[in-house]
Amino acid sequence: MDFNDTPEEAKFRKEAYDWLKANAPLKEGPKDSWRAASEEEGLKEVKAWQKKLHDGGWACLHWPKQYGGRESTPIERVIWGQEVSKFKVPGGYLEIGQGMAGPVMMMYATEEQKERYLPPLATGEEIWCQLFSEPAAGSDVAGIKTKAELDGDTWTINGQKVWTSGAHFSDYGILVTRSDPTVAKHKGLTFFFVDMKSPGIEVKPIKQISGGANFNEVYFTDVKIPDSQRLGAIGDGWKVSLTTLMNERLAVGDASGPDFEEAFSLARGQDLNGKLAIENDAVREKLADWYCQQSGLKYAKYRNISALSRGETPGPQSSITKIVSGNKLQEIANFGLDMLDSAGILRTDEEGADQSMYQYGFYGAAGIRIAGGTDEILKNIISEQVLGMPQDMRADKGLPFNEIPTGNK
Amino acid sequence: MNFEFSADQMQLKDIARKFLEKEDAVKRARNVLEGEESFDENLWQQIIEMGFTATAIPEEYGGLGLGYLELCVIAEELGRSLAPTPFSSSVYLATEAILNSGDDSLKQNYLPSLANGEKIGSFAHSESNTSPTESNIQCNVSGNALSGKKIAVVDGDISNFFVVSAKNGSNVGLYLVDASSDGVGIERQPTLDPSRSHASVIFENAACHELQSEWSSVTNLLDRAAVLFAFEQLGGAEACMDMAKEYAMGRYAFGRSIASFQAIKHKLADMYIAVELARSNCYYGAWALSTDAPELPTAAATARVSASQAFHECSKENIQTHGGMGFTWEFDCHLYYRRCRQLAANIGSQAIWKDKLISSLERANQI
Repeated sequence: MDFNDTPEEAKFRKEAYDWLKANAPLKEGPKDSWRAASEEEGLKEVKAWQKKLHDGGWACLHWPKQYGGRESTPIERVIWGQEVSKFKVPGGYLEIGQGMAGPVMMMYATEEQKERYLPPLATGEEIWCQLFSEPAAGSDVAGIKTKAELDGDTWTINGQKVWTSGAHFSDYGILVTRSDPTVAKHKGLTFFFVDMKSPGIEVKPIKQISGGANFNEVYFTDVKIPDSQRLGAIGDGWKVSLTTLMNERLAVGDASGPDFEEAFSLARGQDLNGKLAIENDAVREKLADWYCQQSGLKYAKYRNISALSRGETPGPQSSITKIVSGNKLQEIANFGLDMLDSAGILRTDEEGADQSMYQYGFYGAAGIRIAGGTDEILKNIISEQVLGMPQDMRADKGLPFNEIPTGNK
Repeated sequence: MNFEFSADQMQLKDIARKFLEKEDAVKRARNVLEGEESFDENLWQQIIEMGFTATAIPEEYGGLGLGYLELCVIAEELGRSLAPTPFSSSVYLATEAILNSGDDSLKQNYLPSLANGEKIGSFAHSESNTSPTESNIQCNVSGNALSGKKIAVVDGDISNFFVVSAKNGSNVGLYLVDASSDGVGIERQPTLDPSRSHASVIFENAACHELQSEWSSVTNLLDRAAVLFAFEQLGGAEACMDMAKEYAMGRYAFGRSIASFQAIKHKLADMYIAVELARSNCYYGAWALSTDAPELPTAAATARVSASQAFHECSKENIQTHGGMGFTWEFDCHLYYRRCRQLAANIGSQAIWKDKLISSLERANQI
């Protein structure tokens, strides 16, 4: 039992580090991370960095080389991730395209389409979004209603999507629709990719509880999509969606925000009733709990990496990451603000201030516990797919979709 | 990265598991609980024959010279099967205290007979209903004689010798007292988990031998043992999770398997989360124990706290999942519920280990 690289892994790690060192600045501390002045600036910087990665042969590591990837092994992806985290480099905007749209295109698009659409995803020239959730279809995502009707070889799309990250700056989107409401829920779905500049698409930002707007509503009014942009067979949209949902669960990992280290360091400097907070037993007990959770996730990840290193498929332990880290973040954020006593309610926008970090976590955790599968859905997945327990009985099983009550009824 | 037990270690684990299943260790735990015996002597002899007691003892002292990773996988299976033997007292505590002592003639005297099971040792530490500390320990040594009273000494009534924490002048250290010495009075104490025996031990000027004179020897012994106890707790927790799942799958109510209700599924998912966190932290503890890493105090406390939480969560929710049957004497749920409490009490409370964890991080941060 050790934490060491194999000789091949060490060689890859050095190669990755050397390239990064030549092309990006090292972080000056754990909190020294890249931050864009605005969304527009961020996009520009991310695209420029992605171009650099691509030219250096470090884009979309696990993709085939012909589409701009590197054909790396899973353990090499992990090592790359570890090395890149030491550098202050731009990030974001591209994950959905590269992590979800790319794999589904690779499985279902024609060769000609792959050659047209995949390389610009790898170079960062084009950005994609995912059009799945709807106002009446969140956890029950197969309950979507956006209508797709075929006439000749053109589909007409009408309806509304919601929670679409980056729709306002995306070039393309992957879209799941209902093509037949008279058959059972999972059977009448059809999957497409769509040009986000198509006439009839309207994007409206959603204001979140944090005040920011990372997500959108996307309205479709008589949007035309050629049948050649259908992915998978008519009625097979659920099967195609599962490919991307599985990738999403792998992509949504650790919650970012204040963790044990921040809470520990706060407690060691914070006055609580005339003494340092760290001297308070209730505080120590909470800190110990968070440390055990953080440590458990860290070493679960190491167990996964070890499996990858041996060329095995990792165990299901990663399925607990988002549940544990999302809840931990919510508790730590609440603790951080509580430590400030009454002043913890005051807003501050001072960059890097402890208070704003905990406030960000306070809002952010509420979203993390929902995004990419709620805690409840993830617990269903653990009990069904990991422990092998049966599905809940479904009131809508076998019913034609148009006879099923949905949404806020 | 190779943060995993080796194929050989996993094979040893499998052998231990199959052996304990074949011997129906859980049934034997029930027999000890219901009977007059302090432990299952037949199972203990078989465990000795399997070489488990000799695992981490060097070959020069009659052991197998394997390492602590091997001991960890055995501990997990002993915990899973509730094996009613003095293994933890004799191997994780008494053997370790002698190994740590640095006294070669003592090692020659005791280790071979601990390896081959001729001797059973135990750790006499607790004195009252509070955590033993450097300042509150009353047992004292004067010359070569030890006096004072210890309580809740696990396997105290079947031990050939005791490792005793005691004060000598201003230092609290570890001392060895043979159970047959004059001035040693042993009395069994009834407990919440009668599948493991406990005793009070009174020492009246009993002849003793110094193992280590410093308090740090006590904390080091507890840290090392904590990793091994954590593996027992992990095994017990996972056994409870598996029991709860099996029962739920086969129990029908309202026309369907109760395992299809989200209330039950989410309960099981919570158990799974607790077990996976504990397992990962136990591995960290195993790594620190087997490499004598400076992180041991942190890793041991993390494993201990995490595994105690997992066993508590799983043993109580296992009863809950079983409904009324879980509250009966007939079902095995209570055996695990009791053992969970016994293991949680054995080397100190959860509050104390949480405090140790934060203290170790404070120290690490100061360096």
